[in-house]
Amino acid sequence: MESADRRYGRTSRRPDGASPARHGVTRRGLLLATAALLVTTSGVNARVVTKVLPWKPNDAYPVAPVVPGGYLFFTASEAAVVEAFVDRLIPADDLGPGAKEAGVTTFIDRQLTGPYGGHDWLYMAGPFSENPLPSQGLQSELTPRQQYRMGIAALEAYCKATFNRGFAELAAADQDKLIAGLEKGAVQLPNFSSKTLFTAIYNNAIEGFFADPIYGGNRDMIGWKLVGFPGVRYDFRDVIDRPNQAYTLPPVSLQGRPAWGER
Amino acid sequence: MARRLPRKDVVIVGLGWTGSILAYELARTGLDVVALERGPWRDTASDFNIGTAPDELRYAVRHDIFLRPKQETLTMRNNPSQTALPIRKWGSFLPGNGVGGAGLHWNGQTWRFLPDDFRIRSHMIERYGQGILPEGNQIQDWPVSYDELEPHYDRFEQVAGISGKAGNIKGKIQPGGNPFEGARERDYPTPPLKQGYAQSLFTKAATEMGLHPFPRPSANISMAYTNPYGCSMAPCTYCGFCEWFGCANYSKSSPQTCVLPALVREPTFEARTDCEVTKINLSGDGKTATGVTYVDASGEEWEQPGDLVLVCAFSLFNVRLLLLSGIGKPYDPASGKGVVGRNYAYQTGSGALGFFNDAKFNPFAAAGSLGVALDDYNSDNFDHGPHGFVGGASITSAHTNGRPIRYHPTPPGTPTWGSAWKKAVKDNYQRVTNVGAQGSVMSYRNNYLDLDPTYKDPLGRPLMRMTFDYQPNEQKMANWMAERCQEIVKAMGASSTKLNRLGVPWSVVPYQTTHNTGGAVMGNDPNTSVLNRYLQSWDVSNVFVMGASAFPQNAGYNPTGTVGALTYWSLEAILKYLKSPGALVSR
Repeated sequence: MESADRRYGRTSRRPDGASPARHGVTRRGLLLATAALLVTTSGVNARVVTKVLPWKPNDAYPVAPVVPGGYLFFTASEAAVVEAFVDRLIPADDLGPGAKEAGVTTFIDRQLTGPYGGHDWLYMAGPFSENPLPSQGLQSELTPRQQYRMGIAALEAYCKATFNRGFAELAAADQDKLIAGLEKGAVQLPNFSSKTLFTAIYNNAIEGFFADPIYGGNRDMIGWKLVGFPGVRYDFRDVIDRPNQAYTLPPVSLQGRPAWGER
Repeated sequence: MARRLPRKDVVIVGLGWTGSILAYELARTGLDVVALERGPWRDTASDFNIGTAPDELRYAVRHDIFLRPKQETLTMRNNPSQTALPIRKWGSFLPGNGVGGAGLHWNGQTWRFLPDDFRIRSHMIERYGQGILPEGNQIQDWPVSYDELEPHYDRFEQVAGISGKAGNIKGKIQPGGNPFEGARERDYPTPPLKQGYAQSLFTKAATEMGLHPFPRPSANISMAYTNPYGCSMAPCTYCGFCEWFGCANYSKSSPQTCVLPALVREPTFEARTDCEVTKINLSGDGKTATGVTYVDASGEEWEQPGDLVLVCAFSLFNVRLLLLSGIGKPYDPASGKGVVGRNYAYQTGSGALGFFNDAKFNPFAAAGSLGVALDDYNSDNFDHGPHGFVGGASITSAHTNGRPIRYHPTPPGTPTWGSAWKKAVKDNYQRVTNVGAQGSVMSYRNNYLDLDPTYKDPLGRPLMRMTFDYQPNEQKMANWMAERCQEIVKAMGASSTKLNRLGVPWSVVPYQTTHNTGGAVMGNDPNTSVLNRYLQSWDVSNVFVMGASAFPQNAGYNPTGTVGALTYWSLEAILKYLKSPGALVSR
């Protein structure tokens, strides 16, 4: 059923892209349909709430955790390019692991398969302007999936023509020089905006490095440990009571801590 | 053709703060009340469960609970000579969607505007002469005074359980509070939040500079509290997931925590969610609303007749619904005539980041309204004569969060990626704090809202078009404020600072604030206002319009406290209207 998704439905609201139920019927919708105290105005296709709050125990909307392994959107060669790219943006160094170790490529892959990848929630109706003002923001017809597919192909074509090998095979110093050129727009890719490609990978790399590990990146809370973000403990009254003192407890994610699963 | 439903006494469009308060107050008088909400039902236990709520990517970055631009957005341009284009992705502001509205994801800063704010035009002319008013301005006195609103501010603060420290009780200045505030009948219902390390540095530095810092009023409340509606709240735990999030602790005042538990028990109240009101229907002579037309989740169209229509959507969408319904004359900037869409305003943001050699600010231990503010540079609390601008700003030291996707400050000159970036991110996370100025925006002839000629929503109705830019008066004010912030952050001990001036032209890209005001303003003159002083439409007397769309211009504060006060002020008038329907003020 397109209508529920198109307008307001719960069916498309999960950023992980997993559809909680088919045909626009959610688990909660089914529960509510059987709730005796809920009355419906005859014929109206709406949630009607009257006389009692519509809440059932355990009726929450968790995201489905990403299970690492393989790629759902990227081809193997695209994944290799993205992996090499994010490895230069946030490299492993003496401060600790980087984006590659954090699983950022998997994070981006799963994001691209979800509603973010298709700009499903954005206003994508035309006409699209040829010369928007910078203050008018995003005005491109291209979805993130198209940006990656076309952008990586353009980057690979550029690398093959210039270096006679793919981006992932370049020396780190050459990769850095090329990335800097893309960022500034100094490098012209064939038929694709270099800045668009840089911005897409850059923003997603930061997200994947710092987002909750449930989305497949920030593995072992690498990004949070780097800065000292304690995650989702949800109660820092003790910290407020001790101003200007270092926080020493390890971080916690939506799925707890890896050690919690060990006995 | 829309199918017709049985009549209701009261039809409410939008179930956020204003809609839920009015629904409760009217349903408990026995009236049949239906609230139509275009987004989903949301409640704390299901939607903001502690195991799902603290998710930066989902809420702050992907905007899960917000209105999706696909469903409705606006077009924007900076001035009338440009072609407006749709805001395809929210940036500068972020409208809510669903039950609770923006009252669900707000930070919770709950201010009263200052007495002078309500008569700013007269006051500025009296003190400085006509010449102080900026070119092209359409600044208007409010049709209601601070003293008239005081009991209604109080009522909203009691319902929301606001945490704070009074600065002026019945004319007597209170130590530790805001000495500039208007006189209050009594203190806030709960004491202020605790503050962080940065706020203690700010308080010390500002006091030594002769300024008057105080804990800002907060809807993240400091202790367990039961409000006059019998709804209970729990103390804030400083989790750092307020703005753009629902609160899983029942600690943030919202329709969910403060009104809905009482409202749903009223037997004459019904909420219908996933129902988008497309039009307020009018009688043949256009002087009476007969109800509304709405579209349900399956796309079916319904007519809901009602005796009283209360427009309680987000400010911008109130204005659009009036334009789409033909209520009030649309504003035309060329002639200066018409009222709907007139006097759209916004807010300025500027300030200074301070980088400290050795500090542990623990930015993650935070709350949306945690902060210490000062009003020495707000409204007309300082001499504007030497500066040549109108307006002011509240200046604040605050930590609302340390969520690292969006919060990883680095000093100027840091590379944007690579090992040097990574090192700067690590080194500065604990050592940076901000002093910010949230400033007023005056109303101008060329800042306005109307219907876009090109772009449509999925139901085929025109999007609203926003024409807005920061004018020289606001630029001058906000940049002057940024320098004041920089002085303070230096005095706090920052080893280096980064000045954040007002970004011009105004851009939709970076998040700034969701304090969109005006477009359906209240006033005493029907030629320059959409609503009379009771928020009643001048043209259609059984339509009342709530929200910040009624502000004639914006002050240097978050708007929700004043939105709440206006709601209770209007409620009093609506109860009078119900006894004797008709215009409460004659044209």
